[in-house]
Amino acid sequence: MSHVDSLIREPLILGKDKTYRKITDDIVRNTEGNPPREWWIAFAIAVLGLLLYFVAVGWTIFKGIGVWGLQKTVNWAWDITNFVWWVGIGHAGTLISAVLLLFRQKWRTGINRAAEAMTIFAVICAGQFPLIHMGRIWQGFFIFPYANTRGPLWVNFNSPLLWDVFAISTYFTVSLLFWYSGLMPDFATIRDRAKTKKRKFIYNVLSFGWRGTAKQWSRFESLSLILAGLSTPLVLSVHTIVSFDFATSVIPGWHTTIFPPYFVAGAIFSGFAMVQTLMLIARKVQKLEDYITIAHIESMNKVIVLTGSIVGIAYITELFIAWYSGYLYEQYAFYNRAFGDYYWAYWSMMTCNVLSPQLFWFKKFRRSIFVSFFMSIFVNIGMWFERFVIIVTSLHKDFLVSSWNYFSPTWVDIAIFIGSLGLFFTLFLLFARTFPVIAIAEVKSIFSSISEAAQEKERNNKH
Amino acid sequence: MNKGKKEHKNYIYGIYSHEDNFLNAIDSIRSNGVEIDDAYSPFPVHGIDEKLGLEETQLHTAGFVLGLTGTFTALGVITWISFINYPTIFGGKPFWGLPAFVPIIFELTILMAAVGMFFVYIKRNELFPGKIPLMVDERTTDDKFALAFGTDDMSSDNVDKIKGLLQSSGAEEVHTKSFE
Repeated sequence: MSHVDSLIREPLILGKDKTYRKITDDIVRNTEGNPPREWWIAFAIAVLGLLLYFVAVGWTIFKGIGVWGLQKTVNWAWDITNFVWWVGIGHAGTLISAVLLLFRQKWRTGINRAAEAMTIFAVICAGQFPLIHMGRIWQGFFIFPYANTRGPLWVNFNSPLLWDVFAISTYFTVSLLFWYSGLMPDFATIRDRAKTKKRKFIYNVLSFGWRGTAKQWSRFESLSLILAGLSTPLVLSVHTIVSFDFATSVIPGWHTTIFPPYFVAGAIFSGFAMVQTLMLIARKVQKLEDYITIAHIESMNKVIVLTGSIVGIAYITELFIAWYSGYLYEQYAFYNRAFGDYYWAYWSMMTCNVLSPQLFWFKKFRRSIFVSFFMSIFVNIGMWFERFVIIVTSLHKDFLVSSWNYFSPTWVDIAIFIGSLGLFFTLFLLFARTFPVIAIAEVKSIFSSISEAAQEKERNNKH
Repeated sequence: MNKGKKEHKNYIYGIYSHEDNFLNAIDSIRSNGVEIDDAYSPFPVHGIDEKLGLEETQLHTAGFVLGLTGTFTALGVITWISFINYPTIFGGKPFWGLPAFVPIIFELTILMAAVGMFFVYIKRNELFPGKIPLMVDERTTDDKFALAFGTDDMSSDNVDKIKGLLQSSGAEEVHTKSFE
């Protein structure tokens, strides 16, 4: 039986005149009619970015990865930085929908759909980099365990690079299914209010013919809960395995046992920052301020300050352990990070990731849209630099002084990175115009317990 | 709703606007010994399964079995490849070093459980792309709740009885629907 959680609790759905019908209208409206001009402008810029991506990747494949700034000392740089950055961003969606579902956090419902979409698009971007950095992409199928004709010679099951293939592809598949199973009922809602036959047909195909009977919902809830249970260890395992790419090597600066938890915290940190950036824009452009409220923004900022602080502790622990180990090369690797040629990258990382999020200990800043927006951008910049620092500073001064080198990106490196943003935003903008950006059914399910309208009604009943 | 449930051609159904009335109506109708064929709602309503007397779904069992299939598939394939088919020494490690296999075994467990369960889910829920849904009222995916009764095998007296029950349970509208 429905009842209001508490009258003093901050409502998650604002608007005293809200009804189920109004919720449907507010959310579905954004997929109907012609897109506004802002959308077209944003879409045009994103598509330009995507074209740049095709050009730069095409050139890379045509000429080989020699067109990047790599050399024999720094033989892994922007490609893998971008990969880890995107995978990290791709962590928040499943975290929001899975972990917060298990913890019964109702504020999840306002943002989970868009966050999951962001996850899927970010993983698509991430997946590009291992493929193109192979150099000979047409032999990419070698990563799968198939018996080739020269042996049979199989893949190496002891290699974290192979684990990564399984982790990322599993993560992508499971996130996609989780996202899509939640979308079916909402597609049915769009279908049933569609005016034209064509629209009805398309959304019916997308909804898989959803009806919304009690038995369907019962299975739906069971599926969501179990997928959440499966995704929770999965999301933690994915970035753990990504960190193994570095941690299982013998390079000073990479060979550390703190990497798995530190990478996972960093991934959640950057993912939430990206969700924050996107949600702040989406709620404004799509007029969804009643559903993505200041309470949601504040909750996300709390997660950002928590995970940012965990990342900060990890940075300091690394420094301490490097000193405490008494191992000269390890000590030098960290000294070199902070005071070597790439000191600027290190201190950008420290400022953006550790210092600036501390502002969020103050409620005033947590609830400020302006501060939240700039902070989310800072965090994403900081997290990109974190991966750059870990990868490049650990490599550029290797064991042989004569081969010490400084890495500078070429235009292709830069174009591929900017292009991957184009790919991401093209996908996200298409999503925002055609799919329900907020999980309609889930928002309705919390409506009678924690909305402003329900609280108002309860108050009136009491008097 | 239940296994082997018959699809009817004709239905009579009542519409409710509020989930509380909807849940109370289920109680009041079932207390008269009449079983409800379909209950439609725009979102999952808590406690409806017990009220309707639905059995708990067995989806989790499918997930468990499929997950175990993934575990043993991965373990079996990796063992066969690295210990029997083509043993290779990598950095002096043992041919069969279980800790190194854990990540892939884990990932395959999750993958098979999730993908398998998704397919079991759409099969059991009779969902597939392009399926034409048989719904008594389109408003039930927006803001209305509905209780539906198949009337193919019913006498007109019984249909009237159900109509009366729906009205007395607080249904705001009572309609009939025929599927071709």
